[in-house]
Amino acid sequence: MNTMTVLDPGFLTTVQDLGRPGLAHLGVSGSGAVDPDAHRLANRLVGNPESAATLETTLLGVTVTFAHSVVVAVTGARCELWVGERQAAMLRPVHVPSGSALRLGPSAQARSYLAVSGGIDAPVVMGSRSTDLLSGLGGRPLGCGDRLRIGLDPGEPRFADTAIAQRNPGPGIRVLLGPRDDWFADATLELLDGAKYLVSAASNRIGLRLQGPELVRRRPGELAPEPMVLGAIQVPPDGQPVIFLNDHPTTGGYPVIGVVHPDDLFNCAQAKPGDPIEFRVVLGP
Amino acid sequence: MEPLRTLKVGLDSLLLEFGSGGEVVEAFRSARSRRDEGLLEAIEIIPAARTLLLSGVEVDRVLGDLEHWGAGAGEQQQPELIELPIRYDGPDIESVARLWDCTAQEAASFHSSLEYSVDFCGFAPGFAYCSGLPEGYEVPRLTRPRSAVPARSVGLAAGYTGVYPRASPGGWQLIGSVDIPVWQEGSGDPALLRPGCRVRFVP
Repeated sequence: MNTMTVLDPGFLTTVQDLGRPGLAHLGVSGSGAVDPDAHRLANRLVGNPESAATLETTLLGVTVTFAHSVVVAVTGARCELWVGERQAAMLRPVHVPSGSALRLGPSAQARSYLAVSGGIDAPVVMGSRSTDLLSGLGGRPLGCGDRLRIGLDPGEPRFADTAIAQRNPGPGIRVLLGPRDDWFADATLELLDGAKYLVSAASNRIGLRLQGPELVRRRPGELAPEPMVLGAIQVPPDGQPVIFLNDHPTTGGYPVIGVVHPDDLFNCAQAKPGDPIEFRVVLGP
Repeated sequence: MEPLRTLKVGLDSLLLEFGSGGEVVEAFRSARSRRDEGLLEAIEIIPAARTLLLSGVEVDRVLGDLEHWGAGAGEQQQPELIELPIRYDGPDIESVARLWDCTAQEAASFHSSLEYSVDFCGFAPGFAYCSGLPEGYEVPRLTRPRSAVPARSVGLAAGYTGVYPRASPGGWQLIGSVDIPVWQEGSGDPALLRPGCRVRFVP
């Protein structure tokens, strides 16, 4: 059996797959890779099913080594990739000899994905190997010296049919108003269209916290706890919005002014502290 | 099944607003059974205090289907009753008794005399919001939440009773603890208390 050993976990590295959909009524978040397109692509490149577990890194990359040689692929946020002393390319299968250190350097955006042929065989908890940072389901964030098993069934590395569908990275995030836009003043809703925010350092897999124009409520008082979705823009009493990412709570008590268009979620997944976000209110797909 | 309001959430989710927690649970059951029968496609069906969310749906199709949701309610069976053995030895039982203007022992026997219903889960995996306390018995949250509440602690907040599935921080007033786990990760059915269940606390 092959194993991967973590030499340096960087800022935050977790095991992720496609998460735990369908259990929110029990209080279990979807979790899973925050940039699922990049996660899927990494798996395709090494011949894994898209549901195989990968490593999700955050900002500062990760360094690992393998007991036996493997084929890996790195996708998502652009970073330097080193196999021992040699530089390698992202977005294609890369051979890593046994004992060589594989290093992903700091990234230009927030999250890179490292797929290993055979998949990362972390324990399955409620149908998924994902680490949920809010509830603590699944494993913990990886630390120095952690050892993970690699799956026994490596597929055939592939070069073709690997691209992510066209994405337009940038600060623009489309927002569909509601369900609680009626909790906000008309002037606030007008202000939201074109409002510019900066991503706060307090952001994580639970939510992207933003700093910028205050979103002022028309109604005081509390909302009874209500179900939350991925991409919901929740507005706490301080008026600074939080965009819910994969480990978000399943219910919440602050009004949701709008929801991020699903095709723009990758921009939220890849935004790092200090990056600009600009909302654009749209009426439909 | 008449929601007071229907609200679109993003492109593929719908929020149904109801007048009471009981109606939400009823709608939750209808939605689940329609999904089981292949009449509704949804990734998540999530109840909360006054709302039910359906995600991963064709919104217009669900809106057109809502009028059929009450159908078949006649054959609905009595929801499952779960009995939780409890010891009323929580650190806040005295303060709850003062709120209810009685002794700790009276507060305990009053709490265990009622039948509760799981309205929804939230806060943490398997944390069930059980309604059933009558009006006037609402309990405020602690002004300073505890940084560590032991697993299986029973707490009160607003009109709800909850059992902490695992050790976690928490702000509910703790009146006791149950003797059986309410959350077992290894099992196929990890949550003992699921929306719609009836619950009794048995001293």
